[in-house]
Amino acid sequence: MFGILRTLWLTFLHMGHRRVTVGYPETRPALPPRYRGRIILSRDPDGLERCVACNLCAVACPVDCISLQKAEQDGRWYPEYFRINFSRCIFCGFCEEACPTYAIQLTPDFEMSEYVRPNLVYEKEDLLISGTGKYPDYSFYRVSGVEIPGKDKGEAEREQPPVDVRSLLP
Amino acid sequence: MTANLPFLLSALVAVWATFMVVTRAVAIHALLYLVVALLALACVFDVLGAPFAAILEVIVYAGAIMVLFVFVVMMLNLGRPDSLRENTWIAPRIWIGPGLLAALLLAALADALVMAAPGGGRIAVIDTRQVGLALYGPYVLMVELASFLLLAGLVSAFRIGRHIRDEDAP
Amino acid sequence: MTPPPLVVIAATLVVLLGLATMLTWVERRLLGLWQDRYGPNRVGPGGLFQAVADGIKILFKQDWIPPFADRPVFVLAPAIGMMTVLLAFGVIPVTALWSIAGDLNVGLLFVFATMGLGVYSVVLAGWASNSKYALLGGMRAAAQMISYEVFMGLSTLGVVMTTGSFSLRDIVQAQAGLWFVIPQCLGFVVFLMAGIAETHRLPFDLPEGENELGAGFHTEYSGMKFGMFFLSEYAGIVLVSALVTTLYLGGWQGPVLPPALWFAAKTGALVCLFILLRAALPRPRYDQLMALGWKILLPLSLLNIVATGAVLLLRAPG
Repeated sequence: MFGILRTLWLTFLHMGHRRVTVGYPETRPALPPRYRGRIILSRDPDGLERCVACNLCAVACPVDCISLQKAEQDGRWYPEYFRINFSRCIFCGFCEEACPTYAIQLTPDFEMSEYVRPNLVYEKEDLLISGTGKYPDYSFYRVSGVEIPGKDKGEAEREQPPVDVRSLLP
Repeated sequence: MTANLPFLLSALVAVWATFMVVTRAVAIHALLYLVVALLALACVFDVLGAPFAAILEVIVYAGAIMVLFVFVVMMLNLGRPDSLRENTWIAPRIWIGPGLLAALLLAALADALVMAAPGGGRIAVIDTRQVGLALYGPYVLMVELASFLLLAGLVSAFRIGRHIRDEDAP
Repeated sequence: MTPPPLVVIAATLVVLLGLATMLTWVERRLLGLWQDRYGPNRVGPGGLFQAVADGIKILFKQDWIPPFADRPVFVLAPAIGMMTVLLAFGVIPVTALWSIAGDLNVGLLFVFATMGLGVYSVVLAGWASNSKYALLGGMRAAAQMISYEVFMGLSTLGVVMTTGSFSLRDIVQAQAGLWFVIPQCLGFVVFLMAGIAETHRLPFDLPEGENELGAGFHTEYSGMKFGMFFLSEYAGIVLVSALVTTLYLGGWQGPVLPPALWFAAKTGALVCLFILLRAALPRPRYDQLMALGWKILLPLSLLNIVATGAVLLLRAPG
């Protein structure tokens, strides 16, 4: 009995509390930089596409919303097309974790409503940005090394041989 | 005649609804007509100067007892097979006894109607105080007897409603 | 000069239904206030027209009757609910001189009678829907409402005994010195709880029980038929609040302000209490509800009657 009255009183006191609702269109919520919103494809510091069309993101995607096709140019892989169906995307961020080159990134932007469903299918031109995204200094080929005619990876000066991923030895 | 329009109307409704009660095949529909008949009877009581009796008719009969009837019928889940089976029960042979008794009653009623003084009495409104005084004055024995009956009903309901565990069973 | 009856009826209908409609907005805003959020605040100033928008939406929804339902009863059920609630308003005295249908010498009993008939709306809706959840809701409603009607009637008997009349106007006039909420505090508490159960509002909304029965008795209803259940529930809140005001809080009586305003203020405060209860309290289990009724409220109301009778006898001259 006393507990019920106390509950009522405490609830009544909430009249004076500040409301936690953010009145969205008028006041924008402060989103952290690592918020998982709209997906972009970034470029490396030299302005080249980071994506190497490895398909890991498409494999990691639990809802299969990513589709891409590999193309080759001077031994370097590019996506011929890169398509994300945002009507399926659940913004889990697995693609970002799977990406070996930090190419695919999620951004703090969620305002992408559309009246027409096909408009939610983003093509490569829609996804590709001109900057480096969250990792300004990272360039994949500078870390991994590049194979050129007459020299394999890790054979140049001051360069270590690449790790053999198929071996368990240290 | 003291009969006026509201009286005639409600009496007609009562008779018609009672007829519908007997002829309906779906139990709930019959019960609803019975409720209407009771409400019409309450109107008759009110017109004849007994508002207390009218209201009690609505509260007790229409509002409580008929709800319990509806409740029971709801739980029985009667369907088409049940009504077909009931149809086989209604043979002319079974009607003879009740029909004779009803005819006897009707004769008695007609006799009473013919013999009774033809209306003309002034309608005196019986209010709650008079009803109470009558109940606890000349009819106090009846009240006590009715309370005996209710107590017996209460005790038996309590006995039936009790959970009987295995070790308690004789 | 009194206006013709048809005008009074039409005005009552419009005012009460408008009130019930606005109450949906008031409730949502108040719930928001007590739960640290806003509630509807988009349509019109402060979301005031949300109720209108909801009304328009619900009117234009498809009015669907399930093929397995019992058509006539299915249509009848919401109408019964609405009708009984509106009927009961007829005898509530708003001021000393004015109530919608005039003063009835069995006014209190009339209110109970109409409320008792209101059970049919829920029970028949549950039955006519011909679906499991609706039936379960209807059966819960039948048992709950019949049980709590008993305590409701018994708890008011103290008031009736003190006043010596069933007329609501006499009851209010008997509270000129002291409101009945003080000498009849036991009856007041029992009546309030029974009133909540009678309108099947939270925390006693087991006939609806969203998380276990879908929506209970009105699971199969849509469109304006659902709207009528909704509106009759809110009108029921206003009715019970007005009844509590009349029986225990001195009706229209109060200093300075005009009587009708006092009546409205008291009723409004009680409506807010109803909403606060919804905001604060969880729903009990069904057996707890029944046990509360028959094991606590019934003895309490009987005790109240006996005590009131004893006091009246002691005070009686001679």
